[in-house]
Amino acid sequence: MSTRLATGGRLLNKSTSVKFRFNGKYMRGYEGDTLASALLANDQMLVGRSFKYHRPRGIVAAGPEEPNGLVNLGEGSDFEPNARVTTTELFDGLRAESQNHWPSLEFDVGAINKHLSRFLPAGFYYKMFIHPRPLWKHVYEPIIRHSAGLGRAPKTRDEDTYEHFYAFCDVLVIGGGVAGLEAARASALSGARVIVMEQTAHWGGRTPVDGGDINGMPAQDWIDATLAELGAMENVTLRTRTMGAGVYDHGYVLGYERLTDHNPEAQGPRHRLWRVRAGHIITATGAIERPLSFAGNDIPGVMLAASVRDYVVNYGVSAGDRTVVVTNNDDAYLTAIALKEAGLDVPAILDARVLPEDSAAMARAKELGIRVLMGHGVSSVKGGKRVTSVAVCSQAGEGSVLEEIACDAVAMSGGWSPVVHLWSHCGGKLMWDTANACFSPDPDQPPKGADGGQFVSTAGAASGVFQLDDGLNDAFAAADGTLRCLGRKLPRDAKASQGSRNDEAPMAPVWLMPQGASVKLREKAWLDYQNDVKVSDVRLAAQEGFVSVEHAKRYTTLGMATDQGKLSNINGLATLANALGEDIPSVGTTTFRPPYHPISMAVIGGEARDAAFQPIRRTPMHDWHASNGAEFEPVGQWRRPYAYVKSGESTHDAVMREVTNTREKMGLLDASTLGKLIVKGPDAGWFLDMLYTNMMSTLKVGKCRYGLMCNDNGFLIDDGVVARIDEDTWLCHTTTGGAESIHAHMEEWLQTEWWDKKVYVANVTEQYAQIAVVGPNARNALEKLGGMDVSKEALGFMEWADGVIGGFNVRVYRISFSGELSYEIAVDAGQGQAFWDALMAVGADLGAMPYGTECLHILRAEKGFIMIGDETDGTVIPQDLNLHWALSKKKEDYLGKRAHQRSHMADPDRWKLVGLETTDGSTLPDGAYAVGEGNNANGQRNMIGRVTSSYHSPTLGKGIAMGLVHNGPDRMGEVLEFPGTDGKTYSARIVDPVFYDKEGAKQNV
Amino acid sequence: MSDPVSALNNAHYGAGIAEVSELGAVGMITLRGDINTRGVQKGAVDVAGVKMPAPLHCVTDGSAGIAWMSPDELLIMCNYADVAKKLETLRGKTAKVHALAVNVSDARAVFELRGPHAREVLAKVAPVDLARDQFKSGMFRRTRIAQVPAAFWMPEEDVIRMVCFRSVAQYVFDVLSVASQPGSEVGYI
Amino acid sequence: MLIVSCPNCGITAEETEFHAHGEAHITRHAVGSSDDQMETYLFMRKNPKGVHFERWRHQYGCGKWFHMARCTMTLEVFGTYSAQTYSPPDDLLARIDARRPGWREAT
Repeated sequence: MSTRLATGGRLLNKSTSVKFRFNGKYMRGYEGDTLASALLANDQMLVGRSFKYHRPRGIVAAGPEEPNGLVNLGEGSDFEPNARVTTTELFDGLRAESQNHWPSLEFDVGAINKHLSRFLPAGFYYKMFIHPRPLWKHVYEPIIRHSAGLGRAPKTRDEDTYEHFYAFCDVLVIGGGVAGLEAARASALSGARVIVMEQTAHWGGRTPVDGGDINGMPAQDWIDATLAELGAMENVTLRTRTMGAGVYDHGYVLGYERLTDHNPEAQGPRHRLWRVRAGHIITATGAIERPLSFAGNDIPGVMLAASVRDYVVNYGVSAGDRTVVVTNNDDAYLTAIALKEAGLDVPAILDARVLPEDSAAMARAKELGIRVLMGHGVSSVKGGKRVTSVAVCSQAGEGSVLEEIACDAVAMSGGWSPVVHLWSHCGGKLMWDTANACFSPDPDQPPKGADGGQFVSTAGAASGVFQLDDGLNDAFAAADGTLRCLGRKLPRDAKASQGSRNDEAPMAPVWLMPQGASVKLREKAWLDYQNDVKVSDVRLAAQEGFVSVEHAKRYTTLGMATDQGKLSNINGLATLANALGEDIPSVGTTTFRPPYHPISMAVIGGEARDAAFQPIRRTPMHDWHASNGAEFEPVGQWRRPYAYVKSGESTHDAVMREVTNTREKMGLLDASTLGKLIVKGPDAGWFLDMLYTNMMSTLKVGKCRYGLMCNDNGFLIDDGVVARIDEDTWLCHTTTGGAESIHAHMEEWLQTEWWDKKVYVANVTEQYAQIAVVGPNARNALEKLGGMDVSKEALGFMEWADGVIGGFNVRVYRISFSGELSYEIAVDAGQGQAFWDALMAVGADLGAMPYGTECLHILRAEKGFIMIGDETDGTVIPQDLNLHWALSKKKEDYLGKRAHQRSHMADPDRWKLVGLETTDGSTLPDGAYAVGEGNNANGQRNMIGRVTSSYHSPTLGKGIAMGLVHNGPDRMGEVLEFPGTDGKTYSARIVDPVFYDKEGAKQNV
Repeated sequence: MSDPVSALNNAHYGAGIAEVSELGAVGMITLRGDINTRGVQKGAVDVAGVKMPAPLHCVTDGSAGIAWMSPDELLIMCNYADVAKKLETLRGKTAKVHALAVNVSDARAVFELRGPHAREVLAKVAPVDLARDQFKSGMFRRTRIAQVPAAFWMPEEDVIRMVCFRSVAQYVFDVLSVASQPGSEVGYI
Repeated sequence: MLIVSCPNCGITAEETEFHAHGEAHITRHAVGSSDDQMETYLFMRKNPKGVHFERWRHQYGCGKWFHMARCTMTLEVFGTYSAQTYSPPDDLLARIDARRPGWREAT
């Protein structure tokens, strides 16, 4: 059994006991425990069921590489799936549930799959469920979705908060082991701004567990002294619980800081995303131990050797009473020694190597009375939910059992792989290190930054340097090189810290144990625990032609789980290489992509949630609208009232009422969102003539003119009314969505093409609240407010004037988008609400009501006015909309003019704007297509037109629509068929698009 | 005319690690022109009552100020009530050159972040190096705050003023309030 | 995410302050031009693997356009320069020659 030892546990505070719950059962641990160490202390080795075969799985590792220990953490608003037990710090009241089992962890129905595993090889799902097609959606997928997968999706809102933080530094050191601390120390001596990120709560990494001296003192003393030195330096920032998640172009790094995961009661954000821009990055990310591939290597109790050691030394926890160690290297001997020294039984070390003489570690193990079997390995591990024994064989053979050793834990070590992820994220290349059988960073092919120079270096084990003395030297050299890249220097007297050295015997690569393992054994030799991929699956993939490593990965799902193959990657590659008869470097690796380890989705969003989710633009009268029944609709980032709904009304009723009221009495529209651009300068007239399709330079001061804007492709991009303010100043109204883009469009042409022209543009959209006063009573209302002459004689249609109305300084435009008598009145935004109130008050007796955007749409559609974004979609030219009158023939050039001459644009077969009236008075579905004779090459009905706008017109008492129809204007009176998505077919007659007051008698009064 | 209403009517959030305030109506004039010429500079300086700022800087004195916006644009700051008069004066002084002066007072909202953590709060939402030796009093930085354009400067240490568009004032206030929530000290700047 | 230096205001900032606007130094063709010229102007873009001249705007900053010479493979930035020019400055071309010998033949 796994248990808490009476002594040991350097990271624990044994004076504070912590209570937690696992699968409903109360357990106890200590402050300083991880959830993993606390579970092991409570003999809870079994933590989950595997993804595909539902095999029982136990804790394998002690760090972020853990593949099995994924739990649902917390509940309600604190619920989080897929939390890793090895990276979850224990706190009082923690609640965890294991995943992927039904009905219980101990008894799982899905485990039947493990007996079927012979029939569920790699690619099984692809092959099996492809036919017959309909079964996938209704039968296979629901069943698979129910039985596969790991954590549950949260159902409740997350109540925690998250944030970003932009940080800048010269040197960012990722990893707070001794190499990271040494690199930081050396870098900081130059005066550079240094940040050090450590993913755990502790500094020093593995060294305090593995032992060794630095500068003649025990490693822990050196770590404490170095931390004190760094802590005293103003230019150094040390952050624990902060993981370097990804390295991106030009020195950009994301750091993931977990602020309150270990202390959920604390105030403040839960996670913080550090968005660091570093001059240079040093990755001191250490190395990860590899499992060995032998049959039964996934049975709970089989663990990584160094992790077994970590649990003993760091947490005072034994993984088992009797632990067999199986290895291909010297490092695992340290585990055997640590266990023995802790008073635990190590019946044997199975060492796959055959060595001419004992190394120091072997000699020490033998001294302690441990039986060492050289050239031996595991034939298979016995046990179900827990290891019961190990069958021993010769590594060189096919697995004949020589003896069986009873044990309850197996500590395995297949060698070490440097954590090269961060080096590789931004293009750093790897090379194969034959001596250590691993991929390590190739210093000649580093990631390169903005200036083309190296911007990432590695230090210590992350470089593939595993001895303490070499690692410290490597870290010092990394700092030296980093400073050179930054144009800085180490002080002359700076020296590298000196580490001690253990002479080790060379490791021997072992990719399969035993070397000639039979199919039966290979089918139980796991490569990827989390995704249930075995040696046999990778071999099958190779056999079926998936010879590229990227293809084999996707076919087998090797390395595709949340641990992204931290344990399985190299073993999988080696297995593939072996099956293909190639060497490992020529097979290569899959691509390492950020994040190194999963980070919360919420931290990526940061502050962007609730009110701060996205900018919502509000007009000065927004609050009034909100408290007067407005239902808002988004128009870009603006929120505009769609309709003002009174109690007892439907939204549709409200819209109909607003249309009728505006036509018969008076309506007020908040038009503040329309863009207002001031264009001024001696060349402003010329410039506007280039931008608009019609003439603006000839517009008289005091007058307004409607204009169209095309891009140089000829497509309509905006429209609006232009007013000439004075001799060299124009004010251009744009659509609501166009204010910023048309401003940018103007600046672009002025800055990048016509930079010799003297024109300045200013966007004054938000300076003004603009209110449209519309309807037969509009003039009456303004006259009652008094102050300026708004008569037809003083201010005619398409004229503007400055003046005072009701005591407000105003600019009044006599323009109409409704076909009614209409004044658009601009006041300073800070006066907007007061002016609106004044209009509502004076209009009370005149039937004044506010109206929203849907009413606006109906009013304009009744008049046949186009709307950018309805009648246009980026492929429509003015000619399509019968707007030839707005295309100047006098002007030699304007944006879009030449493009309109291109053959496709001048094609007489383009669809053109017409009005549409249903034959039965109903309303056409918006966006519906008209179908013609025959079918196209794909067997679909031929399309001859489509609806661009469609409304019920209360003024006319029927449905009206506009649409683009093939040869439309020549087909007046013809009835077209529009199949709807509701199964009905609508019939509509082609008519003139102006449905109401064609002569303009109502607006021109 | 009524009393001018600013976007958020002097909204304030004081429960967090920095104080967030909307400062009410502030007079602002955008001046576009060749700001390296004596004529334009003199107009700006005379109207604003402060010296001409260097590129990427601003000169402020109480409510008066000039901020360098771009190689051909200045932002003149003054009391809200004085804008109309100053605008008229400025237009007069720049009448003979190619320049554009417009009132943008109502198009903007002005916020202040105050307190020893003001820099850190801003560094959560603006992609700018706000270290004490990097961003100093007198500098003027146009950038974004979370998802909207904004500009800021420090009239004095621990006080940051910023300008954004009026329509997004509530968003900026909300973003700054979240960024200054209690317990969110970073301890970096 | 790139770091970009705006030659107009002198700010060096992360890419989110900027907006890329595609290939630089495209000649506008208008009325009187041939169909081929229009096609080239409107649609034909180089999309090279290597040295590329681009138009950028300091969107959230000074609002000005400028040009940038950049390697599309390594993202190395060779330099930024004024938008008010028809071709890259000579000193920048010399720098690119030094960094990417033979690039002119390749693009």
